[in-house]
Amino acid sequence: MKSAVILFPGINRERDMARALEAVTGHKPAIVWHTETTLPKVDLVAVPGGFSYGDYLRCGAIAARSPIMADIRAKAARGLKVLGVCNGFQIITEAGLLPGALLRNSGLKFVCREVKLKVENTRTFFTNRMKQGDVVRCPVAHGEGNYICDAETLKALEDNGRVVFRYAEGTNPNGAMSDIAGIVNEAGNVIGMMPHPENMIEPLHGNTDCRPLFESLLAA
Amino acid sequence: MKAKIKVTLKNGVLDPQGKAIEGALGSLGFSGIDHVRQGKYFEIDLKSTDKAKAKAQLDDICKKLLANTVIENYEIELA
Repeated sequence: MKSAVILFPGINRERDMARALEAVTGHKPAIVWHTETTLPKVDLVAVPGGFSYGDYLRCGAIAARSPIMADIRAKAARGLKVLGVCNGFQIITEAGLLPGALLRNSGLKFVCREVKLKVENTRTFFTNRMKQGDVVRCPVAHGEGNYICDAETLKALEDNGRVVFRYAEGTNPNGAMSDIAGIVNEAGNVIGMMPHPENMIEPLHGNTDCRPLFESLLAA
Repeated sequence: MKAKIKVTLKNGVLDPQGKAIEGALGSLGFSGIDHVRQGKYFEIDLKSTDKAKAKAQLDDICKKLLANTVIENYEIELA
């Protein structure tokens, strides 16, 4: 499992993501600067969290139009696995790889705390080591994670098990519709989520609940 | 040519910033305010002198970058 972590100006979670990927896969991910036009040969692209371009215009909007995104889009269409976390979720959604949009948190505040995540779909490359309905602890840190989409898209997501993660036990931090914390595209190779599983995989994180998510990559 | 572009949230899309402004107006004692919605405004100077071409280009610009048409509408005014 070879991976790449994409780096945009203003991203700040790339080391956490690279460390998590290396810890579990044994391979150091390639760090790819956003002005590159071609990805190295990898099985997974991770778009990490942060504040790309200072959240100018809309969160992720400018990064989503970076040169490297054209190659990510083209290769994702041919099955390349893509994982977007936090700002990465916003970026790949702005890039059209996932449906819907992420709005300002309904409480208007930046929320940095731990939530409970229910795993709703265990047939994805990032959840195959989990059991249906498993609830894991996971941190969130965002101001704009309020997932929204139209009724038709929501039905398609729900009917096809494309809601991969849902905030559980009343921990929805942002007002996201149907407690949606993470979704997968129709083909199953692009996942976006607001919480930060890369920050809950080592004993020093206080908990290793999210390590099996990364271990799922080994089987995928 | 100068273009003025307004980007607004679609009806039904929650606008917590507008809501906060609405609350603040209430705190300031402004009465009779039903709703506040916040949007964005852009001014773009264009080299083009062909209005139709400019309009088409601006439409493309709005769709591809200035607005997220999942949640936003846009209006283009050319002068």
